[in-house]
Amino acid sequence: MSKKTYSIPIGPVHPSLKEPMTFNFEIYGEHIERVNLAPGDNHRGIEFMGRQRNPVQIIYLAERICGICSASHPFAFCRAVENAAGIEVPERAQYIRVIIAELERIHSHILWAGVAAHELGFDSVLYLSWRAREEVLDLLEYLTGNRINYGIFMIGGVRRDITEEQIPRIRKTLEYYKDIFAKLEDVFLSDPTIALRTKKVGILTKEDALRLCAVGPTARASGITKDIRQDQPYAAYADLEVKAITPDVLTGEINGDVYDRIVVRILEIAQSIQIIEQCLDNLPSGEIVAEKKLVKLLNQLKKAKGEGIGRHEAPRGEVIHYVKLAEAEVPEVWKARAPTYNNLMSWMPMLIGQQIADIPIVIASIDPCIACMDRVTILNKDNGQKSILTKDDLHKLSVQKTRGITR
Amino acid sequence: MTFISPLGILGKIAGAIIIAFLGVILGLFYRGLDRKLAARMQARVGPPIRQPFRDFLKLMIKENIVPENAVPWIFNGAPIMSLVATITILFYLPVGNISPLLSGYGDIVLIVYLLTLPAIGMVVGGFASGSPYANVGAQREMVMMMSYELPLVTTVIAIGWKLSQVYPELNVFSLAVINAHPIWGLVGPLGFVGAILLLITLVIVTPGELSKIPFDAPEAETELAGGLLVEYSGRNLALFSLADATKTIVMVSLTIVLFFPYNIAYLLGLSGIFALIVDTLFFLVKLFLIMFVEVTFIRVAAARLKVDQVSYAYWVPLSLTGLLGLALIVLDTIIV
Repeated sequence: MSKKTYSIPIGPVHPSLKEPMTFNFEIYGEHIERVNLAPGDNHRGIEFMGRQRNPVQIIYLAERICGICSASHPFAFCRAVENAAGIEVPERAQYIRVIIAELERIHSHILWAGVAAHELGFDSVLYLSWRAREEVLDLLEYLTGNRINYGIFMIGGVRRDITEEQIPRIRKTLEYYKDIFAKLEDVFLSDPTIALRTKKVGILTKEDALRLCAVGPTARASGITKDIRQDQPYAAYADLEVKAITPDVLTGEINGDVYDRIVVRILEIAQSIQIIEQCLDNLPSGEIVAEKKLVKLLNQLKKAKGEGIGRHEAPRGEVIHYVKLAEAEVPEVWKARAPTYNNLMSWMPMLIGQQIADIPIVIASIDPCIACMDRVTILNKDNGQKSILTKDDLHKLSVQKTRGITR
Repeated sequence: MTFISPLGILGKIAGAIIIAFLGVILGLFYRGLDRKLAARMQARVGPPIRQPFRDFLKLMIKENIVPENAVPWIFNGAPIMSLVATITILFYLPVGNISPLLSGYGDIVLIVYLLTLPAIGMVVGGFASGSPYANVGAQREMVMMMSYELPLVTTVIAIGWKLSQVYPELNVFSLAVINAHPIWGLVGPLGFVGAILLLITLVIVTPGELSKIPFDAPEAETELAGGLLVEYSGRNLALFSLADATKTIVMVSLTIVLFFPYNIAYLLGLSGIFALIVDTLFFLVKLFLIMFVEVTFIRVAAARLKVDQVSYAYWVPLSLTGLLGLALIVLDTIIV
């Protein structure tokens, strides 16, 4: 007897999704038989916009790729340009970059925790954890002037220094988070209803995580010790010896379920506090930017030729920016790859076999950022229909293009 | 069954209209309190207490959309059925010492039946709205109904059985009789423990019956976008929200009748109209306190359970708790 399934569309607009994205589910009873992802509703052509601006102007755009990772994208972009143009970043700027990036990680993980609680229908935890998040946002505003888009990154360094007087304020915030950390841990890891909804749900095995190239907390929760801060240390991370966190540190086992992803993120909050403290203790003195005069910097970038790659461990995983400078005012190529793009396919093994009720929390568990991820949407101008290009189509197109160039 | 004179019938009708009116207003008022308290516990300011009234009025003037592939007469009829069934239960509920309007024409078994009607109304409305979300919600509501009935009935039967042992001559399932003889005074120490277990059972059944977190799988905002109610708007949604508000009062009153039917007027030495007023006010206070525990507190302190977890929770641990309570009461009676 064949199973009679019915289809449920989730998205593009649905209360469990914070950004537009379409999922088409084939459901049998309450169980998910098949799932089809259809991204592309949130494409903004931001890379195209970037190719019409000079690199310093692109920082502004890069910051706005994502509202949450507004330090990670400029961090990776600046590193890519510095890599291409051969600019050396002063040590003090390296440390300030790391402090801002780790503060961002704290706010991003607490924000995620609140969203996850909301997806589980536990709104009290949403409100309480977002109240706890205010403290780090206030600190970021104090340090950079903005709560969200910090505007602190600059090619060759940072735009604002952290002064001696500001350090006690940072330490006060760190003490605040140390105080409430035990409470956060207790709420998320000991609550029986949260455990009921997250344990053995949305499992991503280590093999699947490797096969599908998952990154960030999603990969680490499946037991892959993958963290750029550990694998290829950059900026101040080189002095700090960051270790990738896997859930077995706390629970002694790795299941790769949603609960493990909560464990990893909660532990990473503690890790970030530690990193910032170390940075504050060892903050070197000196310049904060390689070239202070903007005109001179722009001239230098105009003359530069070459390719550069910038990587950074964003709260959601590895973000990569690629820049190609070709002795012009604007970069020839700018490509950003957000972590969600890698984690997208890990939804498949997580969702299949689960219940409808698990959809929101499993989708939220990779901390998706659809706006960061959407890169391509193909529209047929003649009839306005969206069409999908398969791997074969893309291959055929690239062969055509190559032949066109070589001819 | 007694014979009623035509004047009596008119009286009953007038009483019914007044009670329906008061019940609905009380329901919306207590919903306002519930929302405000929940908000304060979640570190929010929360809406003003009159917000549910405003919501209701706003919904009434909004457009009433019937989806294209819905069955209109069922779709429009379901909310009315839910509301009418809920209000009917109000006529059987004693408030303080005032005996219910339809006292003598139905007992607690009838109420247990009537309680399923609003849920059935929602299921029918959900299936009739022709949306996959509503469909899933309706299936879940059916599973929920099958799950919470057993513990609920166990509680009711246990108390009825105990009363029948002590007062064999009375109609033990009549709410007026249950209201007049609190269970705590009739049992020994063993039965006392049993009664506490039954109370716990009822406290956990109530949020399920009312579709509140953690048992709100049929409506599940983040999963099904409102589930059963996803296609409802305007007047129909307003009626459902009235039915829900009234059902809260009904379920909480049921706990009061079964477990806390005490009055304070005789303690204060009052009689006549003053006793009536004091007892009614005391009833409203009890209503508030029990609603706070059964609805508000549970709802802010837990995450939403999946429907299979809900039905497991009701079928296994909670049914066992209820049956254990029943067994203890029986044992208590046999030993004594």
